[in-house]
Amino acid sequence: MNPALQGLITIILGVGGCIGYFYLSNQFLDKVLFPARGKDAGRNINRANMIRPWLFLFPAVFALGLYLGYPVIETLRLSLTDRSADGAFVGLANYSQMASEPKFWEAMRNNMLWLIVVPAVSTAFGLLTAQLTDRIAWGNVAKSFIFMPMAISFVGASVIFKLIYDTRAADLEQIGVLNAVWLSFDGGLGSFLFLRLTPALILLAFAGFMVYGIYISVKPYIWSGNERRGDAWWTFPLRAVVALGSAWLLWLSVWSIVSVMTGTLPYGEPQTWLTVPFWNNFFLMAVLIWIQTGFAMVILSAALRGIPEETIEAAILDGANAFQIFFKIKVPQIMGTIVVVWTTITLVVLKVFDIVFAMTNGQWETQVLANYMYDKLFRANDWGVGSASAIVIMLLVMPILVWNVYNARKEMR
Amino acid sequence: MTSLSLRDVSKSYGAVNVLRDINLEIDEGELIVFVGPSGCGKSTLLRMIAGLETITGGTLEIAGERMNEVPPAQRGIAMVFQTYALYPHMTVRDNMAFGMKIAKKPQAEIDAAIANAARILQLEPYLDRLPKALSGGQRQRVAIGRSIVRDPKVFLFDEPLSNLDAALRVATRIEIAQLKESMPQSTMIYVTHDQVEAMTLASRIVVLHGGDIEQVGAPLELYERPANTFVAQFIGSPAMNLLAAEVLQGGEQTEVRTATGGHAIVPIASQVSDQGSSVQLGVRPEDLVLTESDEYLLSADVEIVEALGETTVLYFKPKDGEAPLIAKLPGIHSIKKGTTIRLTAVPEKLHLFTDKGISFLYR
Repeated sequence: MNPALQGLITIILGVGGCIGYFYLSNQFLDKVLFPARGKDAGRNINRANMIRPWLFLFPAVFALGLYLGYPVIETLRLSLTDRSADGAFVGLANYSQMASEPKFWEAMRNNMLWLIVVPAVSTAFGLLTAQLTDRIAWGNVAKSFIFMPMAISFVGASVIFKLIYDTRAADLEQIGVLNAVWLSFDGGLGSFLFLRLTPALILLAFAGFMVYGIYISVKPYIWSGNERRGDAWWTFPLRAVVALGSAWLLWLSVWSIVSVMTGTLPYGEPQTWLTVPFWNNFFLMAVLIWIQTGFAMVILSAALRGIPEETIEAAILDGANAFQIFFKIKVPQIMGTIVVVWTTITLVVLKVFDIVFAMTNGQWETQVLANYMYDKLFRANDWGVGSASAIVIMLLVMPILVWNVYNARKEMR
Repeated sequence: MTSLSLRDVSKSYGAVNVLRDINLEIDEGELIVFVGPSGCGKSTLLRMIAGLETITGGTLEIAGERMNEVPPAQRGIAMVFQTYALYPHMTVRDNMAFGMKIAKKPQAEIDAAIANAARILQLEPYLDRLPKALSGGQRQRVAIGRSIVRDPKVFLFDEPLSNLDAALRVATRIEIAQLKESMPQSTMIYVTHDQVEAMTLASRIVVLHGGDIEQVGAPLELYERPANTFVAQFIGSPAMNLLAAEVLQGGEQTEVRTATGGHAIVPIASQVSDQGSSVQLGVRPEDLVLTESDEYLLSADVEIVEALGETTVLYFKPKDGEAPLIAKLPGIHSIKKGTTIRLTAVPEKLHLFTDKGISFLYR
């Protein structure tokens, strides 16, 4: 049979089965189990109404339990046992073995890097494009183009970017855009401006931003004014984490400035971008940023539209300029949405697999946790360590997921 | 001293003229109310003064300086919005301080200005609350406080009471009147469609209609000497009755006969040449009194009786193609629906308009 026909039959059977289940089970409840007649009609209606939600929820709860709940338990069990020894319980041996592998820590480091860069850049670009396309005639056309990558699968996007990063021998014509641009630099003034000064300045701005972040985080504890009123218990750990994270990024950016300014650049030679250690992570991140910016833009642009126009007019009357209106009036009013967008992208990033798998497969120091898990489970057939890494991913996702759901619910109120 | 003046100010969106040749001089310390039906351009005019809308033509001067191209924050104005427009993420204190912080005023000055505004508006207990924790009336007071802090030359109010419920509206209206009294030097411009607000608050009312100023004057002047039928019917509730009539004799006084056979000698001057011309005789519902004599103004069938206790409102069956006539009699009357009654009015209370709707007083 033609696969398309099979697909069609599956869809018809699936949808028909669902409709049939809901209709028939509802009929059974109302007509047979608790009929709304006789002397107990009122009581029966109340009982039927108590059961009905569970009746309708059952298929979803069952499917989620079978395909989500059970695998979690099973993965946890696998991570604590040794499959080659007939499933003997080995405690945390798998975890300690994993912790001793440098590849795991490379994956952890890269995941953290992804976690910081991708949500931040995607949200920032999304916010920027949302603001810039707001209330201009061709804004919706621009938005459509920026949103379009959302329709492309991660693997498809990876293939597109592989072409951008593609390398040919020096005497051939380069088909990769990045190498074509790269070869136009010859080490002269233009190269200094674009390849040393500009990135250094961007990194400097980033470093400055990090200094500001540290300052904001520790300010209330050093110059204790009246700003600590009503602090929740989690304020201190949160501020500590933000400060430490900022300090690490500050160190990283200062080190990068030095290397950008002093490093020797191989002008005239086509580069295999995806094999440049450390920086190749950013080339991979560009793919996800390209995709997620559209998502962030659509959500944030709806939020920007929701800001009462009068508050902006009041700010104009108060003398605020465009930047002050954006940062002091608009952004605080959509902060809830920004957090939701940020955490949603964070969840995507923590699970990132397809892009790394399709582009580098974790070689040249680009490993991430999900791909590491895949390597262990399906290539090395090491179910213990593979399951352990899956549990680690879940543990990392969990707090962000809870935080995301909490914020999304708060936004809906 | 002139605080604000508009000279030939106009506004158009493309080919649509929203306001035409507005001329108005506002003195310091006045409370001017712009009133008119929806779409008359009153809010647009206020927003042009504020600088939120561009001025298509003419000149806007505040304190003698041309302000057409001056950014809103430097015009010396402050505005209170219908929806309060408080910054939801800032406390009451920060809401009021925002403008001064933007202007980089010293903290001591900001604190003093906020303390002063909070004292005037009794907002001291709420300074550290967010707007969402305040009632509608309190939010509007914060919005007013934010404008006081700016210490403007001109206060602008854009329908500030429209979002409040009826009881709160009366209370806040009185508060605004008291605020004006406590700041006699400040000039205020107040936009509303509610004529009660206009009558109670204004030192002068500007009646706008379809992009034109119909009349400018003190509240009672507008009530007693309306310049045209629009003002006559807009000010006062229920609206003034207009009776089609014919001039029998012009002169120092004008003798008219209405289309329905009523007769009156109106103490308003007219030309002898007006004799025979058709005019509109205006009489307010509250000025009509019952009469038995043959010298009546109006004889009509009662269609609806509304007995309110303090007054009895009678609606008469309208003649073909005419607006229904209304009489508002003080006290309780046992008038049945369907009876034909005769009404008259003191001649001094009558108004006379040309068939184009222009008052004979301003002709």
